[in-house]
Amino acid sequence: MTRPRRISLPEHTVEIVSDAGEGAQKAAIAFAQLCAKAGNGLWTVEIIPSEIRPPPHTTGSASGNRIRLAERSQVTNAGNLANVVLAFNEMALLSRLQAESLADDVLVLIDDQWATHENENYRVSYRDVVEQFRARGSTILEIPLQRETLRHVEDAQQGKNMFAVGLLCALYSKDVLVLQEVIRKIFKGKSKQVVDLAVKLAGAGYEYGLANLEQCFEINAVPTDVPKVAMNGNTALALGAIAAGFELCSMYPITPATSASHALSDLFEDFGGFVHQAEDEIAAIGVALGASYAGKTALTITSGPGMALKAEFQGLAVMTETPLVIVDVQRGGPSTGLPTKIEQSDLLHALYGAPGDAPKVVLAPSTIEECYYILSVARKIAEEFRMLVIVLSDANLATGQQLFDRPNVFATPPRSQLDLSPVPTNALPYAWDPTTGLSERLIPGQPGGMGVTTSLNHDRDGKACYDAERNKRGHAMRSRKLAALQQTLQRPRVHGAPEGELLLVGWGSTRGAIEEAVDMARGAGHSVSSVHLQFLSPLPPGLKDIFTKFRRVITVELNYSDDPQAPLITEENRRYGQLAWVLRAATLLDIDCFANVPGRPYMPVEILDEAKRILATMDTKSPAQRLTAVEGVS
Amino acid sequence: MSAIAKESLLEVCAADTHTLEDYDAERPRWCKGCGDHGVLAALQRVLRKNNVEPENAVAVSGIGCSSRLPHYLNTYGFHGIHGRALPIATGVRLSRPELPVIAIMGDGDCFSIGGNHWLHAIRYNINAVVLVLDNEVYALTKMQASPTTPDGWKTNTTPRGTYLHPLNPLSAVMGMTNVSFLAQTATWLPAHLDETIEKAWDHHGLSFVRILQRCPVFMPTAFGEGGVHFPVVFLEHEDGIPIHPSLLNRGPAQPHDHRNINEAQRVAVTVDPAPMGLLYQNPEVPAYEEIRWQRKAKPDYETFLQRLDAAMDNYTVS
Repeated sequence: MTRPRRISLPEHTVEIVSDAGEGAQKAAIAFAQLCAKAGNGLWTVEIIPSEIRPPPHTTGSASGNRIRLAERSQVTNAGNLANVVLAFNEMALLSRLQAESLADDVLVLIDDQWATHENENYRVSYRDVVEQFRARGSTILEIPLQRETLRHVEDAQQGKNMFAVGLLCALYSKDVLVLQEVIRKIFKGKSKQVVDLAVKLAGAGYEYGLANLEQCFEINAVPTDVPKVAMNGNTALALGAIAAGFELCSMYPITPATSASHALSDLFEDFGGFVHQAEDEIAAIGVALGASYAGKTALTITSGPGMALKAEFQGLAVMTETPLVIVDVQRGGPSTGLPTKIEQSDLLHALYGAPGDAPKVVLAPSTIEECYYILSVARKIAEEFRMLVIVLSDANLATGQQLFDRPNVFATPPRSQLDLSPVPTNALPYAWDPTTGLSERLIPGQPGGMGVTTSLNHDRDGKACYDAERNKRGHAMRSRKLAALQQTLQRPRVHGAPEGELLLVGWGSTRGAIEEAVDMARGAGHSVSSVHLQFLSPLPPGLKDIFTKFRRVITVELNYSDDPQAPLITEENRRYGQLAWVLRAATLLDIDCFANVPGRPYMPVEILDEAKRILATMDTKSPAQRLTAVEGVS
Repeated sequence: MSAIAKESLLEVCAADTHTLEDYDAERPRWCKGCGDHGVLAALQRVLRKNNVEPENAVAVSGIGCSSRLPHYLNTYGFHGIHGRALPIATGVRLSRPELPVIAIMGDGDCFSIGGNHWLHAIRYNINAVVLVLDNEVYALTKMQASPTTPDGWKTNTTPRGTYLHPLNPLSAVMGMTNVSFLAQTATWLPAHLDETIEKAWDHHGLSFVRILQRCPVFMPTAFGEGGVHFPVVFLEHEDGIPIHPSLLNRGPAQPHDHRNINEAQRVAVTVDPAPMGLLYQNPEVPAYEEIRWQRKAKPDYETFLQRLDAAMDNYTVS
């Protein structure tokens, strides 16, 4: 038997898709863990239909994963067009073309059962789709996935995925024994019969690959001594909530946030906490607020529609200065929108969604690793500033997996104890420092601190009042805390040169793709840099100074903006991306945006292309045309 | 306990006994003749009787006239937002089960905007006293129909009379799984009100009390001129709410076994005459916060770190 020829590569992106329920996700998880164990850096993206069992053999039923794996341990984003796709049927394959996810020369591995299927419609559509791919320059490997699997099981639905992952193991020259160990771990808790069969099918897929593949890939890992973990952002949030010392998470099920609560539910009681599943989104934040008021800072985890329902309670948290943390795992909107797909469209809602003037802190993790650490930061700010802190994650971080340095859990500080020491009977519940607005809160159980905490306007003594002077003071003190926090923030670091032609500004999960695009652009001699914001409220210091060192500044965001070339769109009525909107208001600079809603992460090449396009238009204009202040304001 | 020890303990307790004034905060701003005054006084009496340290009780309310009560009660208080007293109360109980909690709501607050929380709170059965001060109208917003506004009554949103029969909160409560305590009383029966709130305080679980009270400004003729012509029947049981003989001028007594859920459900659907007293009690229903606290571990710092380390092992790949 001749072994396949090996081709060494620095990185590759592979997608695995099946009908929902056929197990491509499980195959992908096994493959990702196999690569992670080998030390490959990786980033995975889930491909999830919006229904549990959509009609099979349709593009809407495609379910699976994209895996980007590399020699280097640090992979910061989902990568560019995929190099390999393994599809269980041609409609799943077609869906990835429609998602603009595949390279023209993608290597397609597809189950060949449809070529000779008894259903003529399947035969025809299989031929058409395969031809379409051939015409684009793809290499097609027709694999007898169904037939080979049936040699080992009666129902191929229950095993094709394991055969497929064995095949991928051969395609990427990985160790099949490690794969089988990974599979045993994934199937832990299933019967021995099921586990043995899965292991056997993976072995069969591997042997089939060795015997039939003409070539295979090898992506060696760069050895590292630092222990690594691989997890998705929602798991990182869950572990981070425990490490941050939270004792209560109150939530209501909503995609794509819920898996964070699943992960937390699995563990939390062993750590002295619990997840409370409330009757609705409003109650979820209400319970968290009640717990925080009682002295145990709590969090609630939700997504966009839930944020809308929580808006009134957000105002209450702000008005009563009750520390509270909300995690919003953003998805496509408005309304039910794209429940399983990424968007960064809740920024303005997070900033301004609560009624009245409701200053609050808004943070956004930009990597899965940051999802782990951000809740400690959020909790500290919430408690020290008596503020509402909103953490904006998104569907990309939530369901993607990334390899990162294992956190040192022994550096986790002990959970803070309730201080119930007596206070003088005239102690003020809002003893605002006139400069910073900061005050110590009183906690039920503290002798002497009795009094009402009210949603009405109130003064230092906490009592309701309606006059202008005390209303203005309350507003000023709540707002001043943001300024006090802003003074403690560092000026953001510029990726690339600190001055030049074009600056890209991002927030949240787009960081890896933006910085990779910047590196590619700079490598090609273009003057492009980027800056990434983790604090959206308050904004960090120095932004205007950084921006004015570039001729053009554009935000890169996964939310909607009007195309300036579209019908009826003018300078006057054009709607910008949400961060652009915020930065234009904050700096009075003419900041543009590359803001779009593809329902998937940006690929670095897309950002690179946009940067090049902008640079090209700039060259045609006068070099003196620098980034200018918005017209009419100086 | 030895007699001496008991005596000295009583001495200590006597020194620590609170007065009603200890539970007084600012002067109430309710209208003259409003039943809210009576509920506040009854609450203060039950706190004094149980010698509750003012710093250890938490009164949570929503929005409306009655929801101002925490402003006037010298305990910790949280005057929240419309309809949401119960989630906040649940949060307090879940995180600090050592603190007694009283939730105060109005009829619109609890039965309308807070309806979902109302039903689910009964199901959770948190250990709290839950009082609904039902004047059958939205008063603070100036007379709009509430779910319990009587048939055909004219309000600012129903100027030609209401369209629907009023909601019967008692039958709704008795329809919920895990209901553990339901009583009804009225502010024009102060002794009965006191006894009812005491009974609610002593119950382990969610004690739901509907308190009928007229709004002297917007609904002065409700409840038969504030109880004068309002037909009631007092539910009688040796473990129920005591019926002072003077109450029998207001209506007859009727034997009722509040431990029998079918009997309670039958009584709950009757509205004329209105049943007064303890409709249902089952002290065996576990309280949600206690279920949750029993199941969670209390690891020390070292154990906590070891467990976090072990959790991290599950995700460690190299």
